[in-house]
Amino acid sequence: MELAGITKRFPGVVANHDIHLTVRRGTVHALCGENGAGKSTLMKILYGMQKPDEGTITLDGEQVTLHSPADAIARGIGMVHQHFMLADNLTVLENVVLGAEKLHGIGGKARAKIKEISDAYGLGVRPDVLVEDLGVADRQRVEILKVLYRGARTLILDEPTAVLVPQEVDALFDNLRELKSEGLTVIFISHKLGEVLSVADDITVIRRGTTVGTAIPSRTTPKQLAELMVGEELPSPETRESTVTDIPMLTVEGLHLSATDSDGVVRAVLDGITFTIHKGEVLGLAGVEGNGQAELVEAIMGMRSPDAGTVTLDGEDITKAPTRKRREDGIGYIPEDRHRHGLLLEAPLWENRILGHVTERPNSKRGLIDTKAARADTERIVREFDVRTPGIEVTAASLSGGNQQKLIVGREMSHLPKLLIAAHPTRGVDVGAQAQIWDQIREARHEGLAVLLISADLDELIGLSDTLRVMFRGRLVADADPATITPEELGSAMTGAAGGHLEHHEKGTKGEKGEKGSGGKPKPPERGASSEPRKAGTSPKAKKPGNTNRNKSKKNKKKRRR
Amino acid sequence: MKKIDKNRLILGLAAPVLAIVAALAITSIIIGVTGKDPFHAYQVMVEFGSKADSQVWIINKATPYYLSALAVAVGFRMNLFNIGVDGQYRIAAFFAAVVGGALTLPGIIEIPVIIIVAMAVGALWAGIAGLLKTSRGVNEVISTIMLNAIGASVIGYFLQDGRLAKKEGNLIHTPYLPDSAHFFEIPTQTKPIYGFVVIAALAGVAYWFLLNRTRFGFDLRTVGQSETAAQASGVSVKRMVVTSMLISGALAGLVGMPTLLGVSYNYGTDFPTGIGFTGIAIALLGRNNPVGMALAALLWGFLERTGTQLEFEGYAQEIVGVIQGVIVLCVVIAYELVRRYGLKAQQRKVGEELAAQARKSDKAEVSA
Repeated sequence: MELAGITKRFPGVVANHDIHLTVRRGTVHALCGENGAGKSTLMKILYGMQKPDEGTITLDGEQVTLHSPADAIARGIGMVHQHFMLADNLTVLENVVLGAEKLHGIGGKARAKIKEISDAYGLGVRPDVLVEDLGVADRQRVEILKVLYRGARTLILDEPTAVLVPQEVDALFDNLRELKSEGLTVIFISHKLGEVLSVADDITVIRRGTTVGTAIPSRTTPKQLAELMVGEELPSPETRESTVTDIPMLTVEGLHLSATDSDGVVRAVLDGITFTIHKGEVLGLAGVEGNGQAELVEAIMGMRSPDAGTVTLDGEDITKAPTRKRREDGIGYIPEDRHRHGLLLEAPLWENRILGHVTERPNSKRGLIDTKAARADTERIVREFDVRTPGIEVTAASLSGGNQQKLIVGREMSHLPKLLIAAHPTRGVDVGAQAQIWDQIREARHEGLAVLLISADLDELIGLSDTLRVMFRGRLVADADPATITPEELGSAMTGAAGGHLEHHEKGTKGEKGEKGSGGKPKPPERGASSEPRKAGTSPKAKKPGNTNRNKSKKNKKKRRR
Repeated sequence: MKKIDKNRLILGLAAPVLAIVAALAITSIIIGVTGKDPFHAYQVMVEFGSKADSQVWIINKATPYYLSALAVAVGFRMNLFNIGVDGQYRIAAFFAAVVGGALTLPGIIEIPVIIIVAMAVGALWAGIAGLLKTSRGVNEVISTIMLNAIGASVIGYFLQDGRLAKKEGNLIHTPYLPDSAHFFEIPTQTKPIYGFVVIAALAGVAYWFLLNRTRFGFDLRTVGQSETAAQASGVSVKRMVVTSMLISGALAGLVGMPTLLGVSYNYGTDFPTGIGFTGIAIALLGRNNPVGMALAALLWGFLERTGTQLEFEGYAQEIVGVIQGVIVLCVVIAYELVRRYGLKAQQRKVGEELAAQARKSDKAEVSA
């Protein structure tokens, strides 16, 4: 398969420019690049979802034009999306045959075919289980099977590892090797260098919408690859001097929260959570997603009521206080999912500036909205926080992710919070905005702000935090000193492999000093890259990898265990 | 920014113009298919509709329609579909008529008492649906439509000779309100206009002010736009659901008042029904905008008035129902199309401006 000179322009932005990509049959070909580099656009072109403005696609020596995904499927190209497209309330069998009923019917023949594919590639898919009962990794295998069922000989996997834990990543890679040995071709999109190097036969690097080079994994180090991807030095999240005081700002004691999961089993999502954040302190919370971080944030914000425990803010017990009271008392909130919790997408920017602070000045006076003052203050935020927008009357939806985030940060900072809860504050944000958001957090911390920082980006976490805690299955299992800890060590605690106080071991188990080279740099956010309309042109600098560390660290941990 | 505002104005006008043109085109075709001349029909409608007595009739008809639309719109603004305005206004008007008929007080007290009773009963009836939604998760569409049926049965039970009503000829109705409860009228050359039109206008202003200028209104709209964001911002979504249902119901309580205080002076078996459903159409047509809904209510009145005249001219009277349906559909579709186009245009514009900025700063950075 060969793509030559592919160019795709979106209004105002060139997403892909003169892309060249050659994929050999029967190989795993990795496509790497930063978020917003144009990987997803390229894959959409290949899958027929977008048409290139220029350039040609050649499959097995034949030049083709793909008008739709159906076209692509007919030519043996299948795509596994980052966000699964499965109906939860149907069985695996039903999901697989959905839309492909003509192939093998919907009954025994289809079941046999599924079994056959599943066995052939070691997917271990059970046809009669409801999809809602499956874990993430199993769902992904169902997606892969769905594509194979439709006769795909070339699979495109869009950031398949973003949602997986390390063991599942290894299992996935085993599946990919299986596919490869059967003569199938896999195109694997990722920005995680460690993964790319371990599974790919060929690598193509995309930076700022164009192919900047190819690499052969056996002859490439992560550092070289990182340099290809990034192209330049980037800011680091490191904080300078400590500003930690001994005045407690937020004290959480014995917080317990249980929830009923999909099997109807009640389980503790938060268990005995106790910690204190002082004025001027950044407490970083590490953990693989889904280990209770989101619930903890919601409990502190008053969006969930815990079964037991107390939350004290600046000496005042707020355990029972409603969310609005907590916000008025000085909790600033940068939510993990800004579209769901942080913005009114179809409302103008100035209304979004009011959101969450409707009772506070300058937004309102005596119960009435002060539109004039709110508008003026929005103008100020746009100016001071460098929100790139043509005006404050445009809807929040029309801003890029980074600018939306800057608006949220600006809004929360404008009310001089005592405590800032920052959940993945730089996720899906371009590099320029990332550095700016870090600066904001640092500056406010200097003035006595207490920060609860949650991030999947271990470099960000280590770089910004004064104290580190690790959360695993709803409990705080470990703590660490960010001055000495490495992402590798932190990573192993995140998977529950280590606990207590994490000491840094100078030589320890990690023999691969080499990849620490990219440590301390920001890494691209995990998810969201392909789900948001990204304007490549708006991020002046490419993002850099860093994830290397993290992946390797997981690997190390596994090695250690073996 | 100036330019965006101008574009916005054009976009704002585009939807109704598009809708009206499309609706006229479609109805012309339909009338044409029945073998009649559509343009003659329009001429008849305009001529008849612009007569003085027609104008009075239209305004009087539009007043309850407008109030009903306001009640529905409050729910719409926070994503609640209060389909039960019909039951709410009827049960409210019934009990207000009962209370009013039992009391004989000076007008300055009697009228407010009747209105307050109506609003309270309407709010109560709608509040049931609100509570059911927040406590048991019952969809408000289901519960309000059920409450319509229950409300009709309750009225049916009490509206019997010897219970709360009495018989007069073929009609059964509640006792007449005292003369002091008669609302003022605005005399014209022909028939008078109900004074309640003033209350309706005030309700429209209050609706606008509450939603657009108060914290409460902001919270309400926030819930309508994104429940999750509203919750994170500190709005109690459950309380807001109940509160807005109460407001919607209280407004619904006003719907029957122009009739009760201005025409019938009692609640009888001939009390107008179905205004709650008309309100849904008008709220859709007026896009929940207080001025838009006023125009929509007047248009509705106009169509109903002139529809009767069309019959004399040999057209099928049902044609008015067809026109109304076509207009609502066209408006809903046109607004959605224009909204999507507007959003896209805006995103494109933002993208272009930012790309231009980025190109500039890009150069600066490269050289740096």
